[in-house]
Amino acid sequence: MPRLSIEDLKKIREESKATLTLRSGQARAKITVHMGTCGISAGARDVMGALLKEIEKLGLTDVIVTTSGCAGLCSREPMATVELRGEAPVKYVDLKPERILRVLREHVLEGKVVVDFALASGCETTA
Amino acid sequence: MPYRTNVLVCAGTGCVSGNSFGVAQTLENEIRKLGLDQEVQVIRTGCQGFCAEGPIVIVQPDGIFYCGVQQKDAVYIAQEHLLKGRPVRKLLYSPPAEKKPIPALKDIPFFAKQRLVVLRNRGAIDPERIDDYIAVDGYAALVKALTEMTPEQILGEIKKSGLRGRGGGGFPTGIKWETCRKAAVSRAVDPVVVCNADEGDPGAFMDRSIIESDPHSVVEGMIIGARAIGAKEGFVYIRHEYPIARERLKKALDQAREYGLLGENIFGTMMNFDIEIVQGAGAFVCGESTALMASLEGKVGEPRAKYIHTVEYGYKNRPTNLNNVETWANVPLIINRGAEWFTSMGSGDVSENPWGGSSGTKVFSLVGKVKNTGLIEVPMGIPLREIVFDIGGGIPEGRSFKAVQTGGPSGGCLPESALDMPVDFDSLTEAGSMMGSGGMIVMDDQTCMVDVARYFIAFLTEESCGKCVPCREGLRSSLDALNRITQGTGKPDDIGLLREIGEVMQDCCLCALGTSAANPVLSTIQYFKDEYEAHINKGVCPAGVCTALIEYQIDPEKCDGCHACVHGCSTNAIIGNVKQVHFIDKEKCIKCGACVEACKRNGILKVPRSHAA
Amino acid sequence: MVDVSKVQDIVQRHGCRREHIIAILLECQDEFSYLPREVIEEVAAEIDTPLNSVLSVATFFRAFSLKPVGKHQVHVCMGTACNISGGPRLLEALERELKIKRGETTPDLQFSLDTVNCVGCCGLAPVLTIGQDVHGKLKQSQIPRIVKKYRPKEASDAQTVH
Repeated sequence: MPRLSIEDLKKIREESKATLTLRSGQARAKITVHMGTCGISAGARDVMGALLKEIEKLGLTDVIVTTSGCAGLCSREPMATVELRGEAPVKYVDLKPERILRVLREHVLEGKVVVDFALASGCETTA
Repeated sequence: MPYRTNVLVCAGTGCVSGNSFGVAQTLENEIRKLGLDQEVQVIRTGCQGFCAEGPIVIVQPDGIFYCGVQQKDAVYIAQEHLLKGRPVRKLLYSPPAEKKPIPALKDIPFFAKQRLVVLRNRGAIDPERIDDYIAVDGYAALVKALTEMTPEQILGEIKKSGLRGRGGGGFPTGIKWETCRKAAVSRAVDPVVVCNADEGDPGAFMDRSIIESDPHSVVEGMIIGARAIGAKEGFVYIRHEYPIARERLKKALDQAREYGLLGENIFGTMMNFDIEIVQGAGAFVCGESTALMASLEGKVGEPRAKYIHTVEYGYKNRPTNLNNVETWANVPLIINRGAEWFTSMGSGDVSENPWGGSSGTKVFSLVGKVKNTGLIEVPMGIPLREIVFDIGGGIPEGRSFKAVQTGGPSGGCLPESALDMPVDFDSLTEAGSMMGSGGMIVMDDQTCMVDVARYFIAFLTEESCGKCVPCREGLRSSLDALNRITQGTGKPDDIGLLREIGEVMQDCCLCALGTSAANPVLSTIQYFKDEYEAHINKGVCPAGVCTALIEYQIDPEKCDGCHACVHGCSTNAIIGNVKQVHFIDKEKCIKCGACVEACKRNGILKVPRSHAA
Repeated sequence: MVDVSKVQDIVQRHGCRREHIIAILLECQDEFSYLPREVIEEVAAEIDTPLNSVLSVATFFRAFSLKPVGKHQVHVCMGTACNISGGPRLLEALERELKIKRGETTPDLQFSLDTVNCVGCCGLAPVLTIGQDVHGKLKQSQIPRIVKKYRPKEASDAQTVH
């Protein structure tokens, strides 16, 4: 990518906004695994690995898996956020590989929030 | 050969009237078309008893329960579920009982009381993708700063915002920038901007987390600062203990460079600026500005006296503006949304003078004996109690609150009576602690405050660079006194001695590490003098921490002779047969506490040393 | 024998400038696992800086070691949160388990034991790190099991928190 002009920046903003908010494209769901140092120390890499493997196994092409930084609640790491298109994001806590697979199966594929390790839904208050 | 999947279609009266036969027929047709007829069979069943939601289709062995299935849905079920293994969500039945709503994030106190400014993108964007940052209006402030604002206007906005240094000092950022710019202009020397990411305070990880979750906000802040100050060169000095943060920052810089946001002629303007990452190598004192700059030059990280400020003569004697990670990350938002928005948060009044209050938010790492540990961002001025009890959820395991330690090793311990104090720069300093970079460690009644003071002084003794005498010798003598007290050999005048040393250090040390080093001692003496006195006069550690002053005993009422402690003990100090009350051989016991961990009935007591009572 | 040509490569990569001395020494430390005398001398020669300046940097910062260190570096976190949550007890348990004191290395060069000021995983306190692995929310009774994983003839591919 060559150097940006101010117009290019606006274009990238509009395009990326659409994927970031699940507005466009094929994706029906986005799973964000929180990978800060504490998340990784608590096992976020294993959770991520299990998730990616399962998604590949099931051949799911419409589920975006992405990483992000710390979600803030270190004592409940590893954490992940699941967002289905058109629905409020749900934060999961105390995850393990087998738990994220259950979240994938029940929440992402069947649409039922896994109450056992769901912490809350919605977004944080930004100023 | 058995079928891998059975599709049960309800053929009860209710479902049949809803055309379940048509559904079954369509399923069979589709299964044949898809070539699955050797693997999947359709079975028409009797009434499933769930007529209200019919027609019902159940897929076994998956146990998937579809309701209200129409013929067109049957095609979809065959293609999606039977062929591709993906249950069709919209047809799934969810029983009312399971619809128990999970709470909304805004109803959970941990999240509800926070207000995210610096951490606004945490968990929401991929820190390794610059496009994600751009999507959330990243680099929009840079465009504004470069095309719509003069350097003077940027300085004016930052000054008006009242932003004060988040690294601990609380110096007004706008004034610092302006002084640096003036020094550079008057001496005609290129200034330098530096980001201090050498987060050394134990118990603090705000800066690491900001870089890990949103590195571009720091980069953007630095570019804007460079524009205001007139710098072409920038450094980020980062701890080597933070490999993930370093990697993410490096990626961010590479991406910004690729997009031309760093380098020459940024956005086609005349501005040239680039940032280099420099690693620290594990020296707490390098968080101090002059020591950091010595280290940047490849020298030993020893501070120098600050008769001459680093904003005038810093890195290689060039005017150098140093701000910490969180300060830089605040800059883009202030430029984007204006100083007025920023001052709408916080305490005090900064409209005339940035020293008049604390505007904006502060990020804290809330750790220690508190239920919810984590990284939080709150408006300045929030009462300490709300942080500990609402956001933190209070003290776990039914224990009670004793103190909260802020400001790292240079800070102090605040008792229960300080809980209603607003958390801002000036209130914390007044109470004998300080804001520091934002570590907040909660302590419960099982924490010994003398031991905590000893811990910090031991830390600082190791980290003192040794250049100036009051710090080097003052810390050593303080540590000796604290060791005496925690070992039960304290002298009555040790408290006075500690105070005196502390006051000398406050007056005479070369750098902030030394002048603030006595804070942990002085604040614990101020608020928890009774604990010092108990150690010295009675030889008792009230919290049961100082091993020289306690003994372990087994409570005969609680011991059921389960033997768990015997297995946990590495010195064979616990004697007793299974199912009989055990006891501890004091000669062999090394007071490691392994038996306390092992006992499931809380049957191991820590009691004052017997000959001391 | 120390292969000093590696030092030359490292210096070339960073540039022969005094400002890069910390970065150069950190990479040398990664390469050789400690800083042997020959390496320090070579660095001094390469960047044309007096040996005592290089040595003063190498002894000032905690990250550098002038003595050989063990294959597995065990660091017990002594951050404030870990300190009040039992970090010192973990250190004592490790000293008993490895039969060395803080700052020492086992005779078989398998383990070095030291403390670290703060790993920054305070939410998981008490914490220790072995190489790149972080072990959190520990009790001292878990120490023998964790150490065993890293002992020779055992597979040492543990990545997770236990």
